[in-house]
Amino acid sequence: MSSKVMSVEEIAGSLESGMTIGIGGWGSRRKPMALVRAILRSPVTDLTVVSYGGPDVGLLCAAGKVRRLVTAFVTMDSIPLEPHFRQARQSGALDLTEYDEGMFMFGLYAAAHRLPFLPTPVGLGSDVMRVNPELRTVRSPYEDGRELVAVPALRMDAALVHMNRADARGNAQYLGPDPYMDDLFAKAADRTYVSCERLVDTADFLKEGPVQSLLISRSQVAGVVETPNGAHFTDCLPDSGRDEAFQKLYAQSAADPDKWSAFSERFLSGDEAAYQDAVRVWREEAR
Amino acid sequence: MSEATRAEVCAAACADLFRGDGEIVAAAVAGFVPMLGSRLARATFAPDLLTTDGGPSLSAEPVPLGAQAGTVEGWLPFRDHLWLVLNGRRHVVMGPSQIDAHGNTNISCIGDWKQPSRQLLGVRGGPGNTLLNTTSYWVPKHSARVFTEKVDMVSGVGWDRGAHEIRAVVSNLAVLDFDTPERRMRLRSVHPGVRVEDVLAATGFELAVPDEVPETRLPDAGELRIMREVLDPKGLREREVPA
Repeated sequence: MSSKVMSVEEIAGSLESGMTIGIGGWGSRRKPMALVRAILRSPVTDLTVVSYGGPDVGLLCAAGKVRRLVTAFVTMDSIPLEPHFRQARQSGALDLTEYDEGMFMFGLYAAAHRLPFLPTPVGLGSDVMRVNPELRTVRSPYEDGRELVAVPALRMDAALVHMNRADARGNAQYLGPDPYMDDLFAKAADRTYVSCERLVDTADFLKEGPVQSLLISRSQVAGVVETPNGAHFTDCLPDSGRDEAFQKLYAQSAADPDKWSAFSERFLSGDEAAYQDAVRVWREEAR
Repeated sequence: MSEATRAEVCAAACADLFRGDGEIVAAAVAGFVPMLGSRLARATFAPDLLTTDGGPSLSAEPVPLGAQAGTVEGWLPFRDHLWLVLNGRRHVVMGPSQIDAHGNTNISCIGDWKQPSRQLLGVRGGPGNTLLNTTSYWVPKHSARVFTEKVDMVSGVGWDRGAHEIRAVVSNLAVLDFDTPERRMRLRSVHPGVRVEDVLAATGFELAVPDEVPETRLPDAGELRIMREVLDPKGLREREVPA
């Protein structure tokens, strides 16, 4: 049986500058943050990022990794606005493709099904059409003759997702209340990398959750890595909730250049193990 | 039962938004007050409404603010929420950063989209919600910065851009609707203690004002008890609308 187990460094090292990278999760929920942090440490740059955005987008923007972002929002949920994303937009540094949430999902569906586009009425009448002048419309060939937006397929070179459990071959399981769009990202991308809270034996999946919690098939997966607490500081229910105190520290630090360099130095200057250690120490001190 | 606070008047007005909606999902995503309103409606005159606990669980009963669903009657993860937008059996209450007289709204950014002076959330589900679902709005701080002549980025479409139905706007000062021949915003009622002039001064465009502007109704004793003792015992509503 072939193992696809890799390190986060190997995964980040397999990405190339200029690629289109999809990131699963939603806002500040179950984001593959250990993989994002590995990208921060890698030389890769000039990325097109496709994401229902949270601090994944913020961190990549802050590190100057993002040329273009495709999204419907960037938020940290309990903190509505993402400071690094705001700075990137307000400084004009970011090329943005802004879609409605449902349009974005249809872009994923189209790519997953190898269709050029999927039609939806959503977007009509809104400024989404104005700010994305490349968006085309189509007319229904049936009697209704409706005008619809043709949402182009969101094909990706690679997708990154964080799951609760996975096996060494890349089958992956979510145990939280919402799959988000992670399986669609996996199907829409040429290759997918899965990080997980815990690698388990294939035989143990059904001890963890029902068969329908097996969200991603190994046939979509190029590499898998065990990164306990790897979604930190976003949530990864039921293994861990969002670290609200740390998220607050992140947001406050991000709003001030001096504080941000202190934050980066303390938490982001080493590898993933160093990050997790630094978070542990910070939590001890904060207690 | 002591007199209703402003927040409680607002929550009852938000509850009234759902009158006649039947067996649909009330997606009150804009804050504590509309969330409380949707659950209050369900607990009183609209028992068929479907509500969530703020997560993907459709709860069998209206749950208190901040609590998790006890008994769950359904599952509505984000992908199904987006399906429901197209399917249409949904009434959403959003919070606009800007809204104009036709009900066009902006939650995306302030200033020029190419390089905004203030980046906000992004359009989120605004374009789809407004095109396909009944939509209402909640504005906790009624001001001319929110009620603007023109919005900088149309994320939610108004009556003049093909909206399905922009039903009403509840603010901390008043209830506003679009019940005019040209579907422009109109003052429906002012909350107790608020004068019509206060609303006009806090609105950046010309509002339609009927000859007689009634006061927004007060929640009755039963509604007050449900809000205070059952649905929001921690008083989160009062944080959103200080007395």
